[in-house]
Amino acid sequence: MNNYDINKTPKKQLLSMQIDLSKFEKATEEEKKQQDVMSESTTFFKDGMKNLFKNPLAVISIIVLLLIIGVIVVAPMIVPYSYEEMLSIDGKRDKGAKNLAPFEYSKAEQAYMEKGGERFPHIFGTDEQCRDYFIRVIYGTRVSLVVGLFASIIVLIIGMIYGSIAGYAGGRVDLFMMRIVDIIYSLPDMLVIILLSVVLTNVLSFESNSFLAKMGTNMVSLFIVFGMLYWVGMARLIRAQILSIKENEYILAAKSIGTKPGRIIRKHILPNCLSVIIISTALQIPSAIFTESYLSFIGLGVQAPMPSLGSLANSAREGLQSYPYKLVFPALMICLIVLSLNLIGDGLRDAFDPKLKR
Amino acid sequence: MADLTKNTNIDEPLVKVEHLKEYFPVRSGFKKLTLKAVDDVSFTVGRGETLGLVGESGCGKTTVGRTLLQLYKPTDGKVFFDGEEITQKNINQMRKRMQMVFQDPYSSLNPRMTVEDIIGEPLDVHKLYSNRKERREKILDLMKLVGLNAEHATRYAHEFSGGQRQRIGIARALAVNPDFIVCDEPVSALDVSIQAQVVNMFEELQDKLGVAYLFIAHDLLVVRHISDRIAVMYLGKIVEIADSDELCDSPVHPYSQSLLSAVPIPDPKVTRARKRIVLEGDVPSPLNMPSGCAFRTRCKYATEQCAKECPTLTDRGNGHMVACFNK
Ligand SMILES: Nc1ncnc2c1ncn2[C@@H]1O[C@H](COP(=O)(O)OP(=O)(O)O)[C@@H](O)[C@H]1O
Ligand SMILES: [Mg+2]
Repeated sequence: MNNYDINKTPKKQLLSMQIDLSKFEKATEEEKKQQDVMSESTTFFKDGMKNLFKNPLAVISIIVLLLIIGVIVVAPMIVPYSYEEMLSIDGKRDKGAKNLAPFEYSKAEQAYMEKGGERFPHIFGTDEQCRDYFIRVIYGTRVSLVVGLFASIIVLIIGMIYGSIAGYAGGRVDLFMMRIVDIIYSLPDMLVIILLSVVLTNVLSFESNSFLAKMGTNMVSLFIVFGMLYWVGMARLIRAQILSIKENEYILAAKSIGTKPGRIIRKHILPNCLSVIIISTALQIPSAIFTESYLSFIGLGVQAPMPSLGSLANSAREGLQSYPYKLVFPALMICLIVLSLNLIGDGLRDAFDPKLKR
Repeated sequence: MADLTKNTNIDEPLVKVEHLKEYFPVRSGFKKLTLKAVDDVSFTVGRGETLGLVGESGCGKTTVGRTLLQLYKPTDGKVFFDGEEITQKNINQMRKRMQMVFQDPYSSLNPRMTVEDIIGEPLDVHKLYSNRKERREKILDLMKLVGLNAEHATRYAHEFSGGQRQRIGIARALAVNPDFIVCDEPVSALDVSIQAQVVNMFEELQDKLGVAYLFIAHDLLVVRHISDRIAVMYLGKIVEIADSDELCDSPVHPYSQSLLSAVPIPDPKVTRARKRIVLEGDVPSPLNMPSGCAFRTRCKYATEQCAKECPTLTDRGNGHMVACFNK
């Protein structure tokens, strides 16, 4: 087919319909390649990310979140105050630095600066125990974000394992496992959280200087509670996904090859419900932050002097009329974080799983 | 590639299916019913042979293939592979020797995996390579074997056309160097222009590798072209089984006759001479099968005996088996 010799074909007669081969050029390798009808190679992930960055709300939220994260990482290195210590000048406690307004200096500090000393401004003022409020809000944000992230990861891991086993096994195993989920689902979570924090506070004890002890037993019990209660939603979601993915023939193909169930779940099923997992984890973080704030607000969250956004808002309540800005800062921070995480979650959903769009 | 030394029982057929049954429990409202998707099916497939399996859609062809490969647990009956019964025991090692090509080239390939990983999965599972380089070489060889461009190894399956996807599926089945492949309507989802290419490729692969096929299709023309023998199925039962040419030239069972009469023949003289037999009525629901012979409700030769008893396959000479009282 490919090697026609131009000289061997009969000469073209006038008016004949014969094709004149001498007028044709051979296709170059490059031109042959163009004939390959293939779409641009994109992976599922690249595709989703491209869609995500087309969504202005999501992009703004990502920027806001990155800014917040940048600030909470960098600020403690720059600001020379600590979240737990009262302000002091030259080793002497500054008793006048109480409830300062933003960027206000206490009398002692003014005197110190007149003498030529340098003093870092109190960007958000100070609280009634003479502590720099800015650094407390920063630490509060840190705690809230960490709690949100860890709680979501715990929920994700437990929910994913449980949901994939139930969904993959199906039949009676599924029925039994899902009834347990239903029971846990029907418990009133706030009541359980409050009861558990009370009980766990007495049960748990940590070495006095460890990180966990600093966070406080309440915080740890919060993680436990999250792990115990909120995985059920994730488990249900993943089970439902797996039930539908399981029907695809590529799962049967994997079985016919002799692939073991664990590998089928890891290699075939989970990557195909990855979008749902990413999205619901992203949406889980703000809800965990919210619960943490709420619990800290009612006094069941982190232990003093460790601040969290909720406990800061709670202590601001007392002097609300005189110092309203003390409530504004942590509240604004919660709003910003929760809102931007929610918008990112929505953006992820639209980008990775347009089917879920309502 | 088909290694004769591993065949322990040369005289035995490669695959022997005996009285295979697959019943699905079905719930309709509060009632529990059984759907007899495959009901007492027996056949053999010899080494390097192709057995065609035809029948209308919904008659249980796919279920036969999957139950044979133990992807569904058989309700009853036995399957022997190379003389060994595989119905009861753990057959993960046997999976290396029997494979499947699926009907739908879209849902049978994982959209999140590259071609390389799809074809490489059987190699991974059975640890058929010693290092990454060998794995890659094997994959590229397989791609060449089925006519895929090796440059596309890192592409995702969704970037390929239906015919190319089916080739990927075939390469995956061939990766373990099997003796037997169940091809479940491998061309019916493809364009007519591509069907012939893929069917020819199946034939070439058989010549090269000596692999045996159970070739399922609802198109007799395709099956006749590739099969040595053909089995005709109706509502979960095999009603006729014979050599390919014999069955196509002189079908005995009324159902086979009607199936064949629907096949277009390129010769106009033959077409004119032949009368088209149109079946009356619909296929009965597999949940509510007629008593006796399942085909009697649409059969013009049906008698009282057909309603009482179910005909069994009897030999009409030359291994031509038919299950009918009246023909
Ligand atoms: N997993 C299953 N559960 C219940 N019924 C099934 C299942 N698989 C197939 N069936 C039923 O079995 C019958 C035969 O199906 P199938 O083997 O797919 O037919 P074919 O491949 O010949 O079109 C159909 O009536 C189908 O509804
Ligand atoms: Mg089918």
